[in-house]
Amino acid sequence: MSKNVSMKYALDWTTILYFVVLVLMGWISIYGASYNFDQAGLLDWDQRAGKQFVWILTAFAIAGMLLLVDYKMYSFFAYFIYAFTIILLIVTIFVAPDIKGSRSWLVIGPVSFQPAELAKMATSLALARFMSSYNYKLKNWNDLLPLGMFLLLPFSLIILQNETGSALVFIAFLLMLYREGMNGIILMLVVLAIFLFVIVIRFSMYPIALHQGSWGFAMGMGFILAIQLVYAFFVSRHRKEAGIVLLGSIIAVGIASLANIWYVINFNYVGIAVVLLSSIYWIFVALFSRHKQFWMIALISFSSVLFCYSADYLFEKVLEPHQQIRIKVLLSMEDDLSGAGYNVNQSKIAIGSGGFWGKGFLNGTQTKLKYVPEQDTDFIFCTVGEEHGFWGSTLVLVIFWLLLMRIIRIAERQRESFNRIYAYCVASILFFHLMINIGMVLGIMPVIGIPLPFFSYGGSSLWGFTVLLFILLRLDASRLERLR
Amino acid sequence: MINDSLQNRQRTIAIIITVVIVIYILRLFSIQILETRYKEGADSNAFLKKTLYPPRGLLFDRHRTLLVYNKPAYDITFIIREIHDLDTLSFCRALHIDKAYFLKKMGEIKDRRKNLGYSTYTPQIFMTQLGIEDIATIQQSMYKYPGFYIQNRTLREYAFPNAAHVLGNIGEVTQRRIEKDGYYKSGDYAGRDGIEYTYEKALRGEKGMEILLRDARGRIQGKYENGKNDIPAKAGHNLMLTLDMKLQVLAEELMVGKVGSVVAIEPKTGEILVMVSNPSFNPAILVGRQRSKNYLSLLRDPTKPLMNRATQAQYSPGSSFKPLQALVCQQMGGISENTYFSCNGPQSSPIRCTHHHGSPVSLLSAIEQSCNPYFWNAYKATIEKDGYGEKNLVFRTNYDEWVDRMKSFGLGEKFIDGDLYEQSRGYIPTQKFYNKVYKAVTGWRAITIRSNSIGQGEVLVTPLQLANSMAAIANQGYYITPHLLRTDSLRKKIHQVKVDKEYFPIVFEGMSRVFESGTARGSRIDSIAMCGKTGTVQNNHGKDHALFVGFAPRENPKIAVAIVVENAGFGSTYAAPIFSLMAELYLTGKITREELKLRISTLVTNADVKKR
Ligand SMILES: [Zn+2]
Repeated sequence: MSKNVSMKYALDWTTILYFVVLVLMGWISIYGASYNFDQAGLLDWDQRAGKQFVWILTAFAIAGMLLLVDYKMYSFFAYFIYAFTIILLIVTIFVAPDIKGSRSWLVIGPVSFQPAELAKMATSLALARFMSSYNYKLKNWNDLLPLGMFLLLPFSLIILQNETGSALVFIAFLLMLYREGMNGIILMLVVLAIFLFVIVIRFSMYPIALHQGSWGFAMGMGFILAIQLVYAFFVSRHRKEAGIVLLGSIIAVGIASLANIWYVINFNYVGIAVVLLSSIYWIFVALFSRHKQFWMIALISFSSVLFCYSADYLFEKVLEPHQQIRIKVLLSMEDDLSGAGYNVNQSKIAIGSGGFWGKGFLNGTQTKLKYVPEQDTDFIFCTVGEEHGFWGSTLVLVIFWLLLMRIIRIAERQRESFNRIYAYCVASILFFHLMINIGMVLGIMPVIGIPLPFFSYGGSSLWGFTVLLFILLRLDASRLERLR
Repeated sequence: MINDSLQNRQRTIAIIITVVIVIYILRLFSIQILETRYKEGADSNAFLKKTLYPPRGLLFDRHRTLLVYNKPAYDITFIIREIHDLDTLSFCRALHIDKAYFLKKMGEIKDRRKNLGYSTYTPQIFMTQLGIEDIATIQQSMYKYPGFYIQNRTLREYAFPNAAHVLGNIGEVTQRRIEKDGYYKSGDYAGRDGIEYTYEKALRGEKGMEILLRDARGRIQGKYENGKNDIPAKAGHNLMLTLDMKLQVLAEELMVGKVGSVVAIEPKTGEILVMVSNPSFNPAILVGRQRSKNYLSLLRDPTKPLMNRATQAQYSPGSSFKPLQALVCQQMGGISENTYFSCNGPQSSPIRCTHHHGSPVSLLSAIEQSCNPYFWNAYKATIEKDGYGEKNLVFRTNYDEWVDRMKSFGLGEKFIDGDLYEQSRGYIPTQKFYNKVYKAVTGWRAITIRSNSIGQGEVLVTPLQLANSMAAIANQGYYITPHLLRTDSLRKKIHQVKVDKEYFPIVFEGMSRVFESGTARGSRIDSIAMCGKTGTVQNNHGKDHALFVGFAPRENPKIAVAIVVENAGFGSTYAAPIFSLMAELYLTGKITREELKLRISTLVTNADVKKR
């Protein structure tokens, strides 16, 4: 009895409030999105809104049960849950029916379920357990290897199920790792890599000097050079050296341009030469001034050159054609409004037509007339945008923001690192879903089919996020039990 | 609190999350508030705006006889981006067209220079004015051609094969008209000439619009907001014309095989009872798919059936000018009813007389006998009353006065306050004109321009002007601009002619005698007292034109007429009987001289005129 009373005080009711609000808003949006002109009520079991209501009720029940479990169990059974999930993922590959090329659904009687949704929670628990173990250091190579394994295993299994979107979610853990001590440079390198990839691909269609080079590559090299110069000039204050490199680069490019009048110069090589020479120069600077950071700069420059050089190859050979088109459409390189660009264009039209106040509940013409595909799952945010306008969409984003900030606050108040690590896992996963899903709907992220947490239609994803969140709340509630 | 040193990383993470969410809010702001193209995109997605075409106004004659009405017609329209998997060959077969025509038509529609309103989202008209028989085949298989639609329209249908020039016709609007009047869209129909053109705005009504909701698969899901924003089409106004169709039909029958025109006006009101221009055509042939083919053949016909001779052809009035001359010369004091001039018959100089009669001759006899020397002398006496030569101020004033009084009968200018489409001006020669022609050489005076006295020379009139001048004489001093729409004609503006009432009785008497004992005595009929004047006009294109002007009855005239039969010969033989028959039908309601009617209507003066 005393346990239940303390639970009432220890539970983070603010988070629960955000959760309930988001789930209810999602439910209303699903009703709007699947509304037909001859629609029955909100609780018609044959309609999606009616079904979602069942998912919501069961999700609440699951949440309640999770809160009743002893908090120590989560840590104790972490590996067991992880192992169980991995087995489930493997089984799924073999028994799942093929639904639009994806083999990710386990069908048991009338219920179908996606184990990939469970994998996020299981991996989070396993990582938290592993990284909170005594004497764990992120920099230790012996410790990093199992860490990688924990991530790679579910990642590859989900890839094998042809659910690339769900697999990419595992990138989210970088944010948690950063909090736990991973070098910030890795985060920046990820951003740098994405940035270089985008410019090289985006501008690769603009040739320089008779197709002996492309503006994309030149801009990539220019960007690396700019990083070197900005670092030297503003951060380490080696202003003289920065001047020399800048001048040298200008002279090199100038000579090449001049020579281009008589000979056809491949400017890709000019760019590589400039960056490599400047990198070597920085190594010399590092040797003489003992400013070790320049080693890092040179290393990053070398790998960036290599990366830019292989970006085209990565794009053409590693990505599948439909993925290439999605990226090209996103980068406005192709205007394929009937094919790959159709979804995003229709989604922007639906949201854009909402205006400030929106068209009003159930008044959205674009969603009612089914112009937006997947509008109750991945594109559910369109319904909010069209029917509730700018203020409604902003409100949703603000509630998500409040929830994420709340989770970070919860994470930082934990005494046990297991709890904190798990909390950051939750924050990272929710944030990644939010960023990719809404970014996709707004046309600033490629089309990656992952659901909007608590909003998108479907039992698996709602249960998955509910479990993820309520395990955290149960762990958080334990902090008072400890004090006693 | 184990990793103290890493604790400030929570702030970095919070900042990253916040920045992403702020960027997304800004993006939302940009596409929802700043940009309008998404709203337009949403509308063109969801709303199928269907034009509702109003029925065009009907046309009736003055006795409420229906002349022009509507029959259903169909357009084939399409929306480019909805077309998919089109089986062009079967489509063409169903529409009875060949593939080359299909490709040519598609090319024209997609050419933005020719079709400014082109869009892949809005309905484009593929074929128009199809009859039920044209679309019978395709109607059942329309589902096989997604993106193509059948749009209901109406076509004109004619109760009579007559009055083509008066009624005009309708056709697809031209690009220029679309640019001038925003009401029209490419493929719309509009009046091309005649009544259909002049009263286009009243007849066309107001297009309406129906907003339908269309889902992503192009299926119609019903009306938007239950039709709250729909605009119903407003039907065009029905118009009652001044034409007397029975009389028009008679006049056209009488003109068969001849080139020329007949205009009849009710003098009191200026209402045009009859307007015939021959050769003519059945207006029904300019309707539907055969329109352009038929139009081209009419255009190429050397007898120019498309031209409305009643308002566009200009003729020397010849002797039919003499009643006007008699009025103006009296008014200006050149002659009076007691003025006599001698006539030497064919030996007269400088103008010969074409008739044999006693001498000297009075004004009355001169009108009755159409004496040329009399009118030459009268004309000379009028404009050279107190001096002669173009350097003489009095002469110049007199000449200008003569021009002014002639023009007051509606000659030499277009009727600008009427409703007639495409008129010619006619011509009453000015001083300026003669100065230009003669001044440098010999100078000019009455003798130089003597032809004017007998309606030859530079004076030009249209049949409409001639009929109107007769109406002015019949009214003894005024006319109302001739018009085709029957409204309250008596309230229209009265144009006073510049001849006083006292000078008319003698002209009435003279014109009456034309039927009693003059040139038109062969066409007289006991039951009606008719007034008229024949004319036989020399011209450069073969035989003389036969002219006739007149009105009836003498007391309280009900009808004023001008008739021109080109290259026929004597006005008394070819034109006067037409007037006589028309006056009889109009005033008594029947024709008693069937043999005369038959003789005139079978008389062919121009073998090229096709009977249509
Ligand atoms: Zn004579």
